[in-house]
Amino acid sequence: MKAFTYERAKSPLDAARAVAERPGARFLAGGTNLLDLMKIEVETPTHLVDVQDLGLDKIQPTRDGGLRIGAFVTNTDLASDERIRRDYGVLSRAIVAGASGQLRNKATTAGNLLQRTRCPYFYDTNMPCNKRRPGAGCAAIGGASRQLAVIGASDNCIATHPSDMAVAMRVLDAVVETIDPAGQTRAIPIADFHRLPGDTPQQDTNLRTAELITAVTLPKPIGGRHFYEKVRDRASYAFALVSVAAVIGKDGSGRVALGGVAHKPWRDVAAEAALPQGARAVTQRLLAGAKPTDDNAFKLPLAERALAAVLAEARTA
Amino acid sequence: MPETPGLTVSRRDMLAGSAASAVIVAAPPAAARDDVRPAPPPSMPVAFEVNGKAHALSLDPRTTLLDALREHLRLTGTKKGCDHGQCGACTVIVNGTRINACLTLAVQHQGDAITTIEGLGTPDRLHPMQAAFIVHDGYQCGYCTPGQICSAVAMLDEIARGVPSHVQSDLMAQPQPTNSELRERMSGNICRCGAYSNIAEALAEVAGAKA
Repeated sequence: MKAFTYERAKSPLDAARAVAERPGARFLAGGTNLLDLMKIEVETPTHLVDVQDLGLDKIQPTRDGGLRIGAFVTNTDLASDERIRRDYGVLSRAIVAGASGQLRNKATTAGNLLQRTRCPYFYDTNMPCNKRRPGAGCAAIGGASRQLAVIGASDNCIATHPSDMAVAMRVLDAVVETIDPAGQTRAIPIADFHRLPGDTPQQDTNLRTAELITAVTLPKPIGGRHFYEKVRDRASYAFALVSVAAVIGKDGSGRVALGGVAHKPWRDVAAEAALPQGARAVTQRLLAGAKPTDDNAFKLPLAERALAAVLAEARTA
Repeated sequence: MPETPGLTVSRRDMLAGSAASAVIVAAPPAAARDDVRPAPPPSMPVAFEVNGKAHALSLDPRTTLLDALREHLRLTGTKKGCDHGQCGACTVIVNGTRINACLTLAVQHQGDAITTIEGLGTPDRLHPMQAAFIVHDGYQCGYCTPGQICSAVAMLDEIARGVPSHVQSDLMAQPQPTNSELRERMSGNICRCGAYSNIAEALAEVAGAKA
């Protein structure tokens, strides 16, 4: 691990300023992904600003009937919260489908959104990776791509976003709240938060330098039945090959987002209109324009079948 | 070679320094300066409680909680397996919840209360989970065992507190310590010897359930 200095910020604005003041500084929340990457020197911050003392560890009701989830709320605390289990089941289910008990106890809401891809070439510092070193090339294209993106990728990067939680946040239309070093706050709809790789795969999100996530808000509950169907290589503690986050109403209408297929949670409101016609009608629209590799072409029928399983369950009483 | 007073020179630094010295003969001095490493960051104070005993340490900020426990406090019961949060051998209980000690910095734990395998029980006064692992032969080589036991103790508390799991059918129901629940909740602890069925027996006994 490269050497770094460490401080604990006292307020969100302090934290943003501390990161802005020092080139190479980074926020440190749970650390489960950042420290992992620092050990292999994929991440090499010179200064860490710990955000554990900022009071961002609460889940509070919003004025319009939703919930504001503090950025530092752990994955376990979020999944366990009674309001989340009752009104936003897809989120609770997505969280407990990811990682392990130990990791969920430390990982935070903001950190989960900001976790980096698990593309094996991003981790292997002997291999070219445009996300790790812009312009180096992409060893995943033409490489072992079974886990990687089937849609929304570019000639520079075919990485996927690894989060389960973010897929549920997408289906719930969550909003990411931030503060910048000037004290300006903004609210970023989750749909606009993560980016497609394009020519700048090194940039996972639309956050600006030293902009700190303070909370993620959920709109008021939308009812319906909540599902998170995750397909992976083993029954527990593995990243998704394909996942389906869905909220389905009594009349068969609803919302669907896919995980494991793209550089961001994948949702298309127009495709959801086809839900009453069944899974194939939805995934044909949702995954139109997909460019899978030979290794991961199986993800297209798998996504359809995972959604079909969800819709079959939604039809049961 | 760096001339920082009091700097501990590792074998790696010695070799790198020697190589640079050899280059100086043939290359201009600028080439040698490129190899000079920055001084390590200053140590930072951190104080926390381990197994009920207060400790105050001064650590390189890079020190993980795992290395602080093993290398600085000589509590070597907690094991380093993968050092990347994948195997669970380093599981300890911090303020009542289980975490991977390898993926957290010691300086993040100012004021925290940490329990390691040494704090759960002693050979004379075993924790019920330790006793159950012995009765059910819940290990072969034993390397993953301290992590398994710390994880298991905190995991049963998570069930009691109503933390949901992936195998739970009704999110609003109080989770029960069934075999499938126990196995799912322990998936962050890998046993290379494959003693899983005996581990599950031990967990079930302590949980008062059927394996």
